[in-house]
Amino acid sequence: MSQQPTLPGPQDITRSQLPNGITLLHRANFNSPSVILRGYFNAGSIFDSDEKLGLADFAAACLMRGTQNYSFELLYENLENIGASLGFSAGTMSASFSGRALVEDLSLLLQLLAESLRRPTFPADEVEKRRAQLLTGLAIRSQDTSDMASLAFDRIIFRDHPYQRPEDGHPETIQAITRDDLARFHSRQYGPQGMVIVIVGAVQAAEAREHVEKFLGDWENPHQQATPSLPPVELLESITREVIHIPGKPQADLLIGATGPSRRDPLYTAASLGNSVLGQFGMMGRIGDVVREQSGLAYYASSSLSAGNGPGSWEVSAGVNVEQVEKATDLILREIGRFASGGVTPEELQDSQDNFVGRLPLSLESNSGVANALLNIERFGLGLDYYLTYETRVRSVTTEQVLLAAQTYLQPDRLAIVSAGSL
Amino acid sequence: MSEHTEITLDNGLRILLKEIHTAPLISHWVWYRIGSKDEPTGKTGISHWVEHMQFKGTPQFPASLLDKAISREGGMWNAFTFLDWTTYFETMPASKIDLALQLEADRMHNSLFDPQEVESERTVIIAEREGSENEPLFLLGEAIQTAAFKVHPYRHEVIGDTADLLSMTRDDLYQHYKTYYTPSNAIVALAGDFDTREMLARLRELYDSMPPGAPPPRLDRPEPPQDAEIRLSVEGPGETTYLQVAYHAPAANHEDFIPLAVLDSLLAGPSNLNMFGGGGISNKTSRLYKALIARELAVGLSGGGAATLDPFLYGFTLTIHPKRKAEETLAVLDEELTRVRQEPVSEQEIARAIKQARAIFAYGSENITNQAFWLGFSEMLGGYHWFDTYLERLARVTPRDVQRVAQTYLQPASRVVGTYQPAGSAA
Repeated sequence: MSQQPTLPGPQDITRSQLPNGITLLHRANFNSPSVILRGYFNAGSIFDSDEKLGLADFAAACLMRGTQNYSFELLYENLENIGASLGFSAGTMSASFSGRALVEDLSLLLQLLAESLRRPTFPADEVEKRRAQLLTGLAIRSQDTSDMASLAFDRIIFRDHPYQRPEDGHPETIQAITRDDLARFHSRQYGPQGMVIVIVGAVQAAEAREHVEKFLGDWENPHQQATPSLPPVELLESITREVIHIPGKPQADLLIGATGPSRRDPLYTAASLGNSVLGQFGMMGRIGDVVREQSGLAYYASSSLSAGNGPGSWEVSAGVNVEQVEKATDLILREIGRFASGGVTPEELQDSQDNFVGRLPLSLESNSGVANALLNIERFGLGLDYYLTYETRVRSVTTEQVLLAAQTYLQPDRLAIVSAGSL
Repeated sequence: MSEHTEITLDNGLRILLKEIHTAPLISHWVWYRIGSKDEPTGKTGISHWVEHMQFKGTPQFPASLLDKAISREGGMWNAFTFLDWTTYFETMPASKIDLALQLEADRMHNSLFDPQEVESERTVIIAEREGSENEPLFLLGEAIQTAAFKVHPYRHEVIGDTADLLSMTRDDLYQHYKTYYTPSNAIVALAGDFDTREMLARLRELYDSMPPGAPPPRLDRPEPPQDAEIRLSVEGPGETTYLQVAYHAPAANHEDFIPLAVLDSLLAGPSNLNMFGGGGISNKTSRLYKALIARELAVGLSGGGAATLDPFLYGFTLTIHPKRKAEETLAVLDEELTRVRQEPVSEQEIARAIKQARAIFAYGSENITNQAFWLGFSEMLGGYHWFDTYLERLARVTPRDVQRVAQTYLQPASRVVGTYQPAGSAA
């Protein structure tokens, strides 16, 4: 009964490149009078020195705080007056942006995107305001059991690797960054080479491209540096534990896991299906069943796999009363052991395969769902037909491949175990 | 807004259907008119706990089968308990929706409430509460709610008091379920890729034979007017001070609700009205951002209320700038609120609030789950017209209306001012 094919593919994704290096992906959706704009570019925290960690993130956060043609207030007047939004942030490998507007305002949204990317002036007073906000954010982070467990977990599993560092830095590194550091970072790192822009919504491909060309087509930066490639990471030698003391927090966050496959690893899909059985499917998979349903220890207990172009991470997390951390740890370790030694049953695999295939229409119904899909296609080189061939790829995974993925990454004697709370 | 169908079965069950054929999906919601608002002292949190038990199975759909069946089909499902209502939803590929229809009809009256499952869920919910207690803003919000309502049950958090979570029994929960989970106290709302005639026939098959159920008891404890400002302070770990200022506000069906939404939009930025998707609009040109954040009295600002059946609260949450005291920030907030009480706002500010709301609704319409949510939620508040006419009613708001609601509701005497103070710091 529905009127359009649901899965994006070469038949309705338009991918093109501007002469200056910007890649544009587009897919039309005329069901709602809105449009979404997302993308990324090579200005991540991988370029930050240890002393000024957080520079890339600070720079991204200041792009809209004053430009050659707009004050902070004027820029946001333009944006908010039309009910549009736009924001920037930085990760390790890239910085990214996300915006949306009613389709009648796409041109203005792209104009503001280009202005923020190309002509930020980093006004000293606005930089200081932003600094105070970032420092407050870090003070709040230091009280957040989940964030603090996560920081320690990354420090342990990604030791000696760029991923061990938090993109948002530390209070002392944010304090060390000057206004000139921000301007210098912008002039070296910001440019069209490697930039990807995705537009999804009630606009035709040709019109979307015209808008992008108009505002970003003549952008060049001969000084722009390429993002270095990432080294691999070895698993830990042995179980490594860390306890973070945060007074006054009755609930502890517990993280147990290791490095995982990259998004381009041949084992990625098998690991992803295995992860579903371990801690996602139904009510948080086997982990949810043991920790929440059978033992009543936690409101949330699940596993997750995060994978990018570099090494990924594969972790089980749970929020438990500080008195129950040991018990929950034992239960989770037992499940990881069972998973790593026995893998999954054919029925369990089938369930998760059905889930992966069945949930596609739901994950791709909105403009933002499609935009994320297009970003993944480009970022990980998945191919425009990725979603059309997805079912075959998912269904071809065997229980042996899941077991191999589990044994490769979740080795019970090489895990990081981190807890944070009033411990 | 596109057309929809409304019907009431003989047993009182309200059904709302809206065909949307943009994706092969259907979102199905069942709403019950029961939330923390009708919970007596000693039983606080019971509606939320019952919601948890509704995932523990019936003879036909045992717990272990239930979530697997939905997940296998690629569906998404969840439930929410609020002050006034409890709701359950499934969004499924259209061809698989019958599973959700059967499941909800079944658990309207066949849930088991197995005593062992009740006990295991007790500690899960206490863990859920402890997770919230880690958060300064939960601790502050709870203290403010309790101070603002001395009589009305809105004084309790939806999750309930720990004492009650420790003492309630399986029979209490089952009794609550049997009392409030009836066709005459429920709404079924569906949006998505179906044929209305066929869907209605299927719903009749599932629900027609169910008895309506007796009208359930309600707590009728209106809050008397508050005639003097209340100030409170909560101490806890951390370095960051928060300030919350909460005013008694009108119910969703009150004529002042819409002008207050406009006032909120221009003071603190537009609230995102969508439960799913949509994304928010920043508030950097709102009056309070300019007065408090741009002038470095605060580093974070949000405003907003809730669409509720009885009068609840409207207010602001401010993260205080590390170099400021909460009192300084409050003084400037008060200057701005005095200004909006004394001077009419401009037509342009109102026009802007309307455009923002129009954009937010457009973003939310991309999402079938969100569309079905609106269908049921607005029915809870008195009818789909509440949603359908929202933008029209917004467009009729005048500067005088905005000034009047500012004068009526933003009165120091009817507010609670609360601060979260890091332990050991000077107040």
